[in-house]
Amino acid sequence: MSRKYETIIGLEVHVQLATESKIFCNCSTDFGAEPNKHTCPVCLGLPGTLPVLNKKVVDYAIMAGLALNCNINSYSKFDRKNYFYPDLPKAYQISQSDYPICENGYIEIDTEEGTKKIGITRIHMEEDAGKLVHEGSIDQATASLVDYNRTGIPLIEIVSAPDIRTPSEARAYLTQLKQILQYIGVSDCNMEEGSLRCDANVSIRPVGQKEFGTKTELKNMNSFRAVERALEYEVERQRKILEEGGEIIQETRTWDESLNKTISMRTKEEAADYRYFPDPNLPPLNVDRDWVERIKSSLPELPREKRERFVREYALPEYDAGVLTDSRELADYFEACVKEYSDAKAVSNWIMGDFLRLLKEENLEIAEVKMTPAHLSGMLKLMDEGVISSKIAKTVFEEMFKTGKAPEQIVEEKGLKQISDAGQLEEIVLKVIEANPSVVEDIKSGKDKAIGFLVGQVMKETRGKANPGMVNQIIREKIESL
Amino acid sequence: MLEKKDIERIADLASIKLSDSEAEKFAGQLDGILQYVDKIKEVDTEDLKPTLYPVSLENIFREDEVRPSLDREKVLTNAPEEKDGQFRVPRIMGE
Repeated sequence: MSRKYETIIGLEVHVQLATESKIFCNCSTDFGAEPNKHTCPVCLGLPGTLPVLNKKVVDYAIMAGLALNCNINSYSKFDRKNYFYPDLPKAYQISQSDYPICENGYIEIDTEEGTKKIGITRIHMEEDAGKLVHEGSIDQATASLVDYNRTGIPLIEIVSAPDIRTPSEARAYLTQLKQILQYIGVSDCNMEEGSLRCDANVSIRPVGQKEFGTKTELKNMNSFRAVERALEYEVERQRKILEEGGEIIQETRTWDESLNKTISMRTKEEAADYRYFPDPNLPPLNVDRDWVERIKSSLPELPREKRERFVREYALPEYDAGVLTDSRELADYFEACVKEYSDAKAVSNWIMGDFLRLLKEENLEIAEVKMTPAHLSGMLKLMDEGVISSKIAKTVFEEMFKTGKAPEQIVEEKGLKQISDAGQLEEIVLKVIEANPSVVEDIKSGKDKAIGFLVGQVMKETRGKANPGMVNQIIREKIESL
Repeated sequence: MLEKKDIERIADLASIKLSDSEAEKFAGQLDGILQYVDKIKEVDTEDLKPTLYPVSLENIFREDEVRPSLDREKVLTNAPEEKDGQFRVPRIMGE
């Protein structure tokens, strides 16, 4: 982006709440059921049915609001948003218009210039619509198939203030938002299953201009990376138009992942008129202080607090603290290890390194890992006691991770105990010295680094089990006495 | 005064088709209703809270429990056409 223009981005994020049942009826919210197996007269919008609000939805919305630093409105209500489309059997969506449950919050993100606050204008509750699949190819289809399982799934829509200035800030905002929502457990935020969806509003304006430029709305971005790339493309497209003296048309554009560009969806001459009005079937909400306090006291430590505490309490580098607090589960695992083994940095190194690598390789969730925190701290103790070398520890670690066996058992079964018997080591050292006369000459003439080669040879002979400190010392002694 | 084009817009929002004579007829009828509303607006409501709901209920909830859904066979009896357990409807462009 050239210096001449400033980018203004606002994001609308829809998040599916992790309830068991739908927002206004008792149908299941389970993902992946056969089409229309989770529907009933209420979510199908049959005449004469009465929606009744799921209390958990309100709890979760308040929880999200508090975690995102919002005011929780004592008064809020539900409205009907009217439009015709086959994914919406009632021809209106129940949403919240002028009195949403939460307002005026913010998220802190990390940027190159430091911490930045991105405002959250509002959070409101609403029901999701059904899933529509066009028959055959998209441009020739004459019919659509509708599955109403999603209809009535509880959502919150989180609307950011137009405070985001770059596509990478947009991505940072989304990453932080997702992390917070997962920490507090209100959503799994699974983008592939549609539990988190993001639309973006973007405009540009000459630097120094007060008024916003004409914005476009971007849809159909299926990953945070796609959001970032769609925004990059769109900012550039708008800049070109303005520089050529053209005008931006206010419209909705869809991100085409394969073409790597945004495409105009439609240019409606009239703005949509949803004719919101209060839903007479749903009495208003009165959320009192007690309710808010109750939820507040149930909130877990949030990611940024945890990160700061890890730096403070365990004297970890910022980077380590960031990686370890990426998810609550990982942070908990780390803390369980540290409880039994106090060198936090050593624990952090193993978790950030081999632990995360194996987790990824085996495609596991932390809850599925067989190795317990006690096993990891046990292994670190074995290293300290000289029972195993750091090289062997890697083997032990992999074995623990894969089998869930205790470190002592693995060392015993596989005969991995470190060789610290001086007599035994001397014998091997002499053999290696004899076999490498030129290296010995090098060392004698001052090339001290060459000693590493000999240590390596001893390790090879002992399949990594030799005590490296002792080997080093014995080699020096032997060469000196030659 | 409501004009024919206002009626056409309202009809469009409600997805109903009106003939010219119907549009004119309804313009007159709706106008009458609006005049009636204007009359009500003459009442001084300065110190009154707006009434959004006819009853004074609040906080009506149910617990988050799953109960059996409707049999799909029954669900689909309302479908104009059915295919693979889904409602088959004419394709609609845009929203």
